Amino acid sequence: MSNRPTVQHFNSPKHISDYPVGPAFRAGFLTSTNAGWRSERPVLVAERCTLCYQCYMYCPEATVFKITGAVDFDFDYCKGCGICAEVCAAKAITMIPEKR
Amino acid sequence: MNTTKITARSITDREFFYGHKACAGCGGSLAVRHILKVLGERTFTAIPAGCMSAVGFIYPQLCFTGNAIISTFPGTASMLSGIAAGAKALKLNNFHVVGIAGDGGTADIGIQALSGAIDRRDKVIYICYDNEAYMNTGIQKSGLTPFGAKTTTTPAGENIRGSVTHKKNMFEIVAAHGIDYAATASVGYLQDFINKIQKASQVEGTSYIHVYAPCPTGWGVASNTTVNIAKEVVDCGLWYLAEYECDEFTLNRNPKTFTSVEKYLRSQGRFKHLQAHDIEHIEEMRDRKWERMRRLWRSV
Repeated sequence: MSNRPTVQHFNSPKHISDYPVGPAFRAGFLTSTNAGWRSERPVLVAERCTLCYQCYMYCPEATVFKITGAVDFDFDYCKGCGICAEVCAAKAITMIPEKR
Repeated sequence: MNTTKITARSITDREFFYGHKACAGCGGSLAVRHILKVLGERTFTAIPAGCMSAVGFIYPQLCFTGNAIISTFPGTASMLSGIAAGAKALKLNNFHVVGIAGDGGTADIGIQALSGAIDRRDKVIYICYDNEAYMNTGIQKSGLTPFGAKTTTTPAGENIRGSVTHKKNMFEIVAAHGIDYAATASVGYLQDFINKIQKASQVEGTSYIHVYAPCPTGWGVASNTTVNIAKEVVDCGLWYLAEYECDEFTLNRNPKTFTSVEKYLRSQGRFKHLQAHDIEHIEEMRDRKWERMRRLWRSV
């Protein structure tokens, strides 16, 4: 997972001197996830996967990533848009309702 | 200079645009993701007001893992020129300068700065992700909104049905400058887009890529249809994949027959109100454009 940033704790400024001098901050600093946006989640049937990586390529969130012999999803940031299931020619990915 | 073809297998696993707050299924964010993956870590990115700056820089959540900055709305290209000049003064080597602006930021508000950068032949890459309206501010018509599309400033009524103007021909406007490299692409044909980003990165001079990027929120389509729509628009002939270099236009994809324009339009909420003769008019305009392109442009 080192290829992508992960959530870090942000210390809210307590004093005026804690604020940055200019409107700039550390690149790739994430403080929140997007998981709550999802109403459906992708599920992979690994046996059907042909490793064409079209799901990985077409994911606008970059939450599909390659693992040995399959792909996996970063559910902290997947918004459940369903593009991965749509572009999968082998129909190895299905979208199932997210239940809480 | 790396000339090996970048494919699904060989593309870097590193992500330079992550955790952003774009709508689910956003075509623009897919374009940005691949632009930065192809250009790599040593890239300076300038993004004007628009969806991609609104979803990527929400302090303290900063989704660009490389060097990125928000430019003024009209000044994307002039900021690119400034960054390139600054990098030259610092004697930096092996880097890219890229600007990623929306259709409004390119065809309307940023067009003079872009024209200036091309005129100076600055070594910068300018990419326009075209979602055919000002989506960030609530779907207002831009110069790249197509005929008949419903936006909040071109509502569909009984007498006027959506946008009455046609899409500005941005690709040929840019090419008319005699730019070093210009191309059109679609996020539906990702390999073609990636090849063009790679090509643009190797040009000694200014390059421009116009990438078609569907917006589920603004277009009234489901979030999972983004890629299909981006393919369909090319297949039905309402968008085209082309390149311009050395004073010559090349059509990268020249379909023998087009798929149904009506099916493409009817699948989107923004075109639902169109009448049969509006669709005929759109087909007529498409045929006129393709007749000219096929006659004058080289095709592969």
